[in-house]
Amino acid sequence: METAIKEPTTSKSNFKSEEYFINMGPQHPATHGVLRLLLTIDGEIIKKVDPDLGYIHRSIEKMCEKNSYQQIVHLTDRLDYLSSHINNEAVCLCVENALELEVPERVKVIRTILGELTRIASHTLWWGVMGMDVGALTSYFYGFRDREMINDIFEETCGARLTMNYNIPGGLMQDIHPNFVKRVKEFIPHFRSKLPEYDRLLTGNIIFQKRTKGVGILTKEDAINFGASGPVARASGYSCDVRKHHPYSALDRVNFTEALDTTGDSFARYQVRIAEMWESLNIIEQLIDNIPEGDFKVATNAVIKLPKGDFYQKVETARGEFGVYIISTGTKNPYRVKFRSPGLSNLSLLNHITVGGKIGDLVATMATIDIVVPDIDR
Amino acid sequence: MTNEALQQTILSWFPDPEFTQPQFSEEGSQYLTVNTEPEQLHELMQLLKNNPETHFDYLFCLTGVDYGKELGVVYHLESTVHRHMLVVKVQTEERENPVLESVQDLWATANYHEREVYDFFGIIFRNHPNLKRLFLTEDWEGYPLRKDYVDEMNMVVK
Repeated sequence: METAIKEPTTSKSNFKSEEYFINMGPQHPATHGVLRLLLTIDGEIIKKVDPDLGYIHRSIEKMCEKNSYQQIVHLTDRLDYLSSHINNEAVCLCVENALELEVPERVKVIRTILGELTRIASHTLWWGVMGMDVGALTSYFYGFRDREMINDIFEETCGARLTMNYNIPGGLMQDIHPNFVKRVKEFIPHFRSKLPEYDRLLTGNIIFQKRTKGVGILTKEDAINFGASGPVARASGYSCDVRKHHPYSALDRVNFTEALDTTGDSFARYQVRIAEMWESLNIIEQLIDNIPEGDFKVATNAVIKLPKGDFYQKVETARGEFGVYIISTGTKNPYRVKFRSPGLSNLSLLNHITVGGKIGDLVATMATIDIVVPDIDR
Repeated sequence: MTNEALQQTILSWFPDPEFTQPQFSEEGSQYLTVNTEPEQLHELMQLLKNNPETHFDYLFCLTGVDYGKELGVVYHLESTVHRHMLVVKVQTEERENPVLESVQDLWATANYHEREVYDFFGIIFRNHPNLKRLFLTEDWEGYPLRKDYVDEMNMVVK
């Protein structure tokens, strides 16, 4: 007997394609913290991405106006907590420049070594989470395994693993631990042997490449126009490494190549960060045997008063250009402090590069922009 | 371009002595600073960005400041071609109804940063396409980073 196939009662034209809103976050794992994205989508095609910020806004800039210059340092590692050492360094450099205080060579070298270790720690965490965002869980464990070694080095010398608070205006809180040089020198060859593993697991993986190549393309002009910095901008061929253009601490005496790519897609951003890890190892290697002897700080007044004026200091964190802008009226508290966070500018281009793509591509693009929400919210 | 050459170039754009000329200062800042008037702001910014000699294509910091009597905005500019830097300062005419011209048509990054300044200082940026609070909720009363902000619940600073 012939089975009667029933005609669908509704013809195709009855299904209207409609745009609708969907909330991504604030608790979505791919938004890496409390970031809410209001997506306007048509099917799975993104029409608009509107970030809703402020879920962990703590008003750190206002708090700075009530605190002394030594206390401000401790607030900055709550911004981009993965670059906490570099953030601390930025405030200290800004205060030292304003006071025209020359810190000992030993301090400069130690700051740079720790800064580059911070960058590697941040990039290993990013690499692990990046893999997880596109569905490869193993990378998460690899990344955290290697980051653990850096955290142990930090713990021994700074007493903390994440929010170091090791820099103070005038130098360092205390001298490095006697094991520091030995452990860093153990870490360099260890990590050099592990980085090719990263490539084997993720970089050459065909699924990973399909997820990231040609996704979220950012041109050089747009990168500059949106104020992008860090690996996001460098993957579009825009040379913006603060370490090269405005070297600070001991970065003027090391040789390294600025990682650049011209493709501007998610895969390029991924490769720039991998290349940066290799370069950071090179920088540390050049400095670790030549830490000058001397004091680890110069004495400052217990109450630091900055001269009247405006002071700006930019540094390169793992996410890009971080700036500290202090307006001083000559008192012991700053009149106004502004933190130029790399995350806010990098996030502002998200809508521009994801519109027209799919939601899955948005996740891959966000992973390579590498946002840290406390850095955006401040 | 050196600071002197930069200063000469900018002054040559405003030759009319009756028109307010931008004021320069290098005191108390490591960058050359231009003080301009609100009505001149957009014209100056446009020239700074589009003139090939200055070519300030990278706005890396936009800061709102409460100066007491007036509110102000500080723009930090850098040229990715010439690698020189400049600071532009502008002050609003009053506190009650502070209005400035938006520069987000010149630098896309200004979009979010101007929203942040509006959020915390209440400066209204004319011609901004989406001027609403960036971090705080829409029903938040007052502008917390102003110096005269009354914070009865001690929510902002403890």
